[in-house]
Amino acid sequence: MKKLYRSIIIAILGLILLWVSLSGYFNLLQLSFGILSICLVVWLTIHLKLLTSDGSRLKVLPRYPLYLFWLAREVVLSNILLAKIILAPKILLHRQIIYTKTYQSSDLAKTLYANSVTLTPGTLTIDIAEEGFLVHSLAKAFTDDIRSNKMNLRVAKLEPVDSRDDAK
Amino acid sequence: MIVVDLISWFLIIFGSSFCVIAAIGVLRLPDYFSRIHAVGILDSVGAGALILGLMLQAGLTLVTIKLLMILVIIAITGPTATYALARAALDSGLKAELDEEDGSSSS
Repeated sequence: MKKLYRSIIIAILGLILLWVSLSGYFNLLQLSFGILSICLVVWLTIHLKLLTSDGSRLKVLPRYPLYLFWLAREVVLSNILLAKIILAPKILLHRQIIYTKTYQSSDLAKTLYANSVTLTPGTLTIDIAEEGFLVHSLAKAFTDDIRSNKMNLRVAKLEPVDSRDDAK
Repeated sequence: MIVVDLISWFLIIFGSSFCVIAAIGVLRLPDYFSRIHAVGILDSVGAGALILGLMLQAGLTLVTIKLLMILVIIAITGPTATYALARAALDSGLKAELDEEDGSSSS
């Protein structure tokens, strides 16, 4: 119960930050609107039981920035590769649908991996099965990227250790 | 300040040229699924570099925070919309044109 109060306070602080940074007005009227809507949203999240009490999602937050920088680099590199393919006088494609096994166990990490694959141009997640994804890939270089499982491993490392067991 | 301006203009031109390349890709690539890949350029580097360039133009103001939020929202909704498009095509019976069948995909 004490942990639930802590996550309510974190949610309120986050919402205040969001309101202030989005509105930019600091007069009494605007701030009271903000307080009213924050109360409404917090009441709704408690009522819908969306607020987790263990806070395990916050623990993995520090590991994300490094992954995001790596992902941005990967995205730019494969963009340049795809741009070369598009602008070449003759388009050379090697279209394939490949199956890749996922190393992640939690739904959140699987979603992150599927979205990362789709965000990287040249590869596209088209189906999600129990144990892995079907990925549509446009050329040999992109297929090799998926086969090497670099991204797969990196996303798997983002998972908190304790959530691997309760995923099932 | 001139350095910031130079970086921001480089990012804006980089992003908009990739938007043009994405448009060319949608026209030139042969089939439905390959064209979805070309749209992926727009989501990622096209919008990303443009917004980063605009953030440098805005400086440390509330506008930058709003642009950052737009960037995050695009990064999450772009792949989701792409996936929804691909699923809709597959579910309505469109077969992907492939250059090589993968043996392990049947398992």
